[in-house]
Amino acid sequence: MADITLRVNGSERKVSVSSETPLLWVLRDTLELTGTKFGCGAGLCGACTVHVEGNPIRSCSTPVEQVAGKSVTTIEGLAASNGLAAGQLHILQAMWIAEEVPQCGYCQTGQIMSAAALLAKTPQPTDDQITAAMNGNLCRCGTYERIRRAIHSAADAASHARKETAGGAR
Amino acid sequence: MSPLSRREFVAAGVAAGAGLVIGFYLPHKNSSAEVFSPNAYLRITPDNKVTIVVARSEMGQGVRTALPMILAEELEADWKQIEIEQAGASTLFGDQTTGGSASIRTTWDPMRKAGAAAREMLISAAALTWNVARSSCTAESSHIKHAATNRSLGYGELVGKAATLPIPTDVPLKQSKDYKIVGQRLPRVDSPAKVKGEAIFGIDFRMPGMKFAVLSRCPTIGGKVSGFDDKDSKKISGVSYVGKIGDAAVAVVADSVWGAMEGRRVLNVAWDDGPNKDLNTAAVMASLKQGASKKSASLYSAGDAAKASGRRISAEYTLPFMAHAPMEPGNCTAHYQGTKCELWAPTQVPQDCRDSVAQAIGLDPDQVKVNVTLMGGGFGRRLEHDYAVEAGLVSKAINAPVKVIWTREDDMRFSTYRPASLHQLGAVVDSSGFPVALTHRIIAPSISGQKGQPGPNGVDPDLPDEAGPVYGIANYSLEYVMTETPVPLGWMRSVYALQAAFALESFVDELAVAAGKDPLQYRLKLLAKDQDLAYFTTTWKTARMRGVLQLAAEKAGWDKPLPAGRYRGVACFGCFASYMAEVVEITMENDQPHVHRVLAVVDCGQVVNPSILEQQIQGGIVYGLANALRAKITIEKGRVVQGNFDDYAPLRMNETPAVEVYAVPSAEVPTGIGEPSVPPLAPALCNAIYAATKKRIRALPILS
Repeated sequence: MADITLRVNGSERKVSVSSETPLLWVLRDTLELTGTKFGCGAGLCGACTVHVEGNPIRSCSTPVEQVAGKSVTTIEGLAASNGLAAGQLHILQAMWIAEEVPQCGYCQTGQIMSAAALLAKTPQPTDDQITAAMNGNLCRCGTYERIRRAIHSAADAASHARKETAGGAR
Repeated sequence: MSPLSRREFVAAGVAAGAGLVIGFYLPHKNSSAEVFSPNAYLRITPDNKVTIVVARSEMGQGVRTALPMILAEELEADWKQIEIEQAGASTLFGDQTTGGSASIRTTWDPMRKAGAAAREMLISAAALTWNVARSSCTAESSHIKHAATNRSLGYGELVGKAATLPIPTDVPLKQSKDYKIVGQRLPRVDSPAKVKGEAIFGIDFRMPGMKFAVLSRCPTIGGKVSGFDDKDSKKISGVSYVGKIGDAAVAVVADSVWGAMEGRRVLNVAWDDGPNKDLNTAAVMASLKQGASKKSASLYSAGDAAKASGRRISAEYTLPFMAHAPMEPGNCTAHYQGTKCELWAPTQVPQDCRDSVAQAIGLDPDQVKVNVTLMGGGFGRRLEHDYAVEAGLVSKAINAPVKVIWTREDDMRFSTYRPASLHQLGAVVDSSGFPVALTHRIIAPSISGQKGQPGPNGVDPDLPDEAGPVYGIANYSLEYVMTETPVPLGWMRSVYALQAAFALESFVDELAVAAGKDPLQYRLKLLAKDQDLAYFTTTWKTARMRGVLQLAAEKAGWDKPLPAGRYRGVACFGCFASYMAEVVEITMENDQPHVHRVLAVVDCGQVVNPSILEQQIQGGIVYGLANALRAKITIEKGRVVQGNFDDYAPLRMNETPAVEVYAVPSAEVPTGIGEPSVPPLAPALCNAIYAATKKRIRALPILS
């Protein structure tokens, strides 16, 4: 057992677990953040995607000791990590609802985390960039085309908002 | 998984002072005698809250939205004020099985009548309150209105009076043209929680004091535990119990999932491999070939196919075992407390979970309470109750609440698989190349048969919903040979329709090619005459199949040439009482098909929610494409070979085509939509590959 400190969704969290425990199970079992899902345990499906220092990683295959002292963002903290107030949705979450993406919904939190990491670096992604960023996230309900649409919608909405802000500043 | 025949009663049920309850009495399929109790689909309380109870399980197919829409339509309810409640296992709802694309078609009438009866009673209550004629009152948006005096009462205000009135047994139902809710693209009620990570799936449920368990199961089909050494497991931090569960598994219990997994990793189990230790895929396929010589049961017969004479064409098709692989691995939470047990189960069969768990742990069914959680996909895998039974047994063994979790490898290797099958197709064609006789023999093990319910006369009980005739050929024989296999079998999305459609619709394409005809025009010619094809409880209409095929051809631009290098194929099929046609457009890249576009047309009667319908069809096509391209479970030395998403690879975004969905406008009774889009995909794709390469694929998967 080891005492490890993480920064999860903006708060410092101390956990006492064996150091090789995958981050996924620390989030789900120790910190009770169950929005991050277990799908394959082998980094093949992306259901467990979270951000570490802003980068998307597969938490099922990441020993918790590797993220000691680092900043972890899960679906529960995604909106707040983008400066939104409690109760507000990240633009991707809003577009996921607007485009009616989820069916069973199990993979969708991981999909949204991958998409959020994409938009943070590539605010106006092409279809090919979306495919490249999202190809590691499996969905057995087959929601891929609506996911693509929702990412485009979110990118467009964010771009529109940026222009408005820039216009207001002038 | 046919919808059950049911007797239906409407009865008064007044919850003590709480409000108006509309009850239906529906027999449960496993009821020994006619034991009925009232079931509330609907509660209206004085605070104007309208709660609609959903007695099917939500696995992504949208029942928590679509079923309440049906009731709310007849109730004339304000949709914005509806609350949805998920029913657990009950004796009040009839069969609660979620499967067979049956949720809407089996609840369409009960939900409509429940809403309509309540609406009529609320109208009566208002008329009595105002002392006016019933006929002068109307229901609208959760209010009863009296236009002549401009008065209005909310449903909540009428609860007390309505609850005293008799429930009408014969209520008027609305016409399709008057629908305000049914047919609308209403947003799904479950989306917000799902995108926020707040939705509670089975795997997410937590309770105080709960332990976690993973099981080590005998990797050889039919094998058993002969002994185990738990010394190393118990050294793992948090592991509190290791013990045999049933004959074929050892459970490792810990205070975390990871602890249980680690405990299992170092557990040393000796297995008795049992009778199937030499079983392999080749032997399974050989047993199907042997089965072909057996006498078959007739599923459908017209004329006399054996007597037809002329040019003969024949072909054989084979399909492998496949696994459902839903994203949420199997799990169930159980809390055994001596004289009762409570379950939190992601399940398509809450009643079977209740009964099986009760039997396994020595309780009566009414001592087991089943709560139905959200499911991370089902696709038929959660029609099994194995996870629930394991959870019940482990909870009893440790006398504490426990969640049993399966890993992905557990899911892949201990699933119940879509049966492998062999299909022998034969036709006698006339001088124009059209069949005067067609024979289709399906040789496959029976899923229900393996579970002890083979059905009468050698006919597997699923085939009536899934393998009907498509064409009105004068001499037509559809036959089934029931074989056996030790490989565990299960109902997987579209069940036998996938196999039947692949064989038939590939073969019809071969006939069209042999006749030198366009495959679409060839099919339309076969469907040219209006015919009713009676097949068990369904009457297939060639006119409706022709309708979907024509619309698909039109929307696909079948009569227009494709760009260079693009090819297309078509297939149509009917199952779960719906008609479906699909056109698949491909290019060939490095000898492999890349699917660019799928055009899908369905005739499923009245559409309840077009957005959910599109989801189901898009999803079915993605699922069907993964099945066609790669899905194959193989057996070596009695063990399932595949283990995770690397060697059993679902479709990813880069392989996903654009899917266009059209529904034939219809006010007919709604029919199935969860599964019918799956079967035509594989034959349409293989027919496109033939168009591109002149190579006929007669065995799935394509990329084997």
